[in-house]
Amino acid sequence: MASRVIMPKLTDSMEEGVVVKWRKAEGDHVESGDALAEIETDKAVMDLEAFASGTLRKILVPEGTTVPSGALIGVIAEPDEDIQALLTKTPSASPKAAAAKRETVKPEASSPEKHAASSPRVRTLAREHGIDLTKIKGSGPGGRIVERDLEPLLPKKAATDRGAGQPSVTEVPLSQMRKAIARLTAQSKGPVPHFYVTIVIDMDAALKMVQESKKQATALTINHLIIGASARALSRHGAINAAFAGDTLRQFSRIDIGIAVALDDGLIVPVLRDCGAKTLAQIGEAEHAMLLRAKRRDLAPEEYTGATFLISNMGMFDVESFSAIILPPAAAALAIGAVREVPVIRKGAMEIGREMKLTLSCDHRVIDGVVAAGFLQSLKHGLEHPAEL
Amino acid sequence: MTLTYREALNQALREEMRRDDKVFLIGEDVAYYQGAFKVSKGFLEEFGERRVVDTPITELGFTGLAIGAAMTGLHPVVEVMTFNFAILAMDQIVNNAAKIRYMSGGQISIPMVIRGPGSAAHQLGAQHSQSLEAWFCHVPGLKVVAPSTPRDAKGLLKSAIRDNNPVIFIEAQLLYPTHGDVENEEYVIPLGVAEVKRTGRDVTVIAYSKMVLVALQAADALAKEGIEVEVIDPRTLRPLDLTTLAASVKKTGKAVIVEEGWPFAGLGAQIAESLYTTVFDHLDAPITRVTGRDVPIPYARNLEDAAIPDVECIIAAVRTVLYKE
Repeated sequence: MASRVIMPKLTDSMEEGVVVKWRKAEGDHVESGDALAEIETDKAVMDLEAFASGTLRKILVPEGTTVPSGALIGVIAEPDEDIQALLTKTPSASPKAAAAKRETVKPEASSPEKHAASSPRVRTLAREHGIDLTKIKGSGPGGRIVERDLEPLLPKKAATDRGAGQPSVTEVPLSQMRKAIARLTAQSKGPVPHFYVTIVIDMDAALKMVQESKKQATALTINHLIIGASARALSRHGAINAAFAGDTLRQFSRIDIGIAVALDDGLIVPVLRDCGAKTLAQIGEAEHAMLLRAKRRDLAPEEYTGATFLISNMGMFDVESFSAIILPPAAAALAIGAVREVPVIRKGAMEIGREMKLTLSCDHRVIDGVVAAGFLQSLKHGLEHPAEL
Repeated sequence: MTLTYREALNQALREEMRRDDKVFLIGEDVAYYQGAFKVSKGFLEEFGERRVVDTPITELGFTGLAIGAAMTGLHPVVEVMTFNFAILAMDQIVNNAAKIRYMSGGQISIPMVIRGPGSAAHQLGAQHSQSLEAWFCHVPGLKVVAPSTPRDAKGLLKSAIRDNNPVIFIEAQLLYPTHGDVENEEYVIPLGVAEVKRTGRDVTVIAYSKMVLVALQAADALAKEGIEVEVIDPRTLRPLDLTTLAASVKKTGKAVIVEEGWPFAGLGAQIAESLYTTVFDHLDAPITRVTGRDVPIPYARNLEDAAIPDVECIIAAVRTVLYKE
């Protein structure tokens, strides 16, 4: 009795797998339970066991190939059995090299059978508000997700004044900047799975350095030190200076840091190019010039797009800490809180220390927690030992 | 001031005939009988036989005659006793009125209005109860207007008469006695501009001609249970004010289109298609149409009522798009 060998679906999130290695060759006898092949899923490499005994008559997928779960990859049958009928349905193998196997992990959004229908309006709202529709139960016909199912997650609709048609709100037309902010942040917060890591920095040394620099030609600010320390840490942790690009991870060789600058009606993120190659003084000069031009709205589009890493500082507003939204192509954004005087224990005695909280928002498709923590440790070291910058 | 729909039309036509002596009225019983529905009351007295012209029962003939008059620079207003009779004049309307400007390379315009009642009144029978606006809307070269209130009727008829192209102006026998506020001063309402007749955040109901009144009643009833219906009257069916319709549907996410005419290839199908292509991403439910039944309008009153959309039909459609049932 012929038996189909298929790419299994080993986890809920598994859409496809890679045949890493065949443990049996065509013509080999196999017993039910034998390891036929090594399969790499989105999480691990596992053995694929035979569900039937017989001869492995046909291997349909070469090693290193990615195929969708459910695809036929081989046939076990009696040595003289006709297996033609089983073979007519060929798997839709994509001839990707095993080396590219990491790229094949797709976000869950691409499995239609798991998704209940949703109205176009719901999909638009989900995009705008970053709502994960897979977690929502639809109340429409056939389980269709309709607007009312999102209502608990959405801002309340303004009630219309019956008849008179005078809503109690003022409609302010969107500026181009506001439109861009709305579009970019929603495009990010929706699909990009953010996670956040916070670290506390002892700022005594950094503040001392800023103070001393005031006597010199180029005065440094805390921002300059943060940019400089970030650039150093990024050059050490290249995995952070990267982008998710659908099928690949894009690792940037240059460190282009975007700095969020508040304007009256919004914000802009001018980009300081190639921070990895700049000295602290050069970073200070470049940042100062860029800041002035940003406030004058004098920047060309290429000067405020394409940052590979983002920094947003709200310390001047006495914010202890906050989380930033990542703007692709960057995969991480650093949110800076205020420097605060806090009691600290040093060598068994209570002292007044000056501390600052940094929160790194990370795109989990690119960056894992340990990588983020490692980067933050380097950044902390840099800021606490600014002379090394 | 408060006027009936009939009086509003009378005023519009009278004002325009006073304004421009090229404007004249032609049709069956428009002069001595003062119009089958008394729209031209007092006209013969004021303007005389030269400008208020009674015709034999010859729709194709007098429509063609009016087109000829328009080609020579006059501005005819043709009254058809009902639009059911305009079927007889279809060749003149479609092949001449709608084509001559195009086929003469813009040298000859046809500034004319063809007006009269469409849709069912009570027990006029299958041949005299039809809503044929979709026929006219189908033809490039024609503009089509179907006002629902005295104010709209007056302002739009004046604009239709001033337009340099053929305008099909569809009234309704059951609207003639309805009352409404009309400005004392002279005014016009531009063609191609819809009006929000009632604002609401939950559902957009699009209706025209007498279905607007039914839609407003439905909106009143639904308001009692907290459902806010926005009622929009396109007023001009071609060119359609898609901008206003789309803005409303974008807000509410739900649309119901009401028409008295037949469902298949009806005007609501066109409006729905236009909305799907413009606001698809904002729709929370399939657009729902409320139409007349797909049958010749029955003569028996109970069956006639059952064949024409009423308040309950619209309420049911609103519930459907709100997923209430």
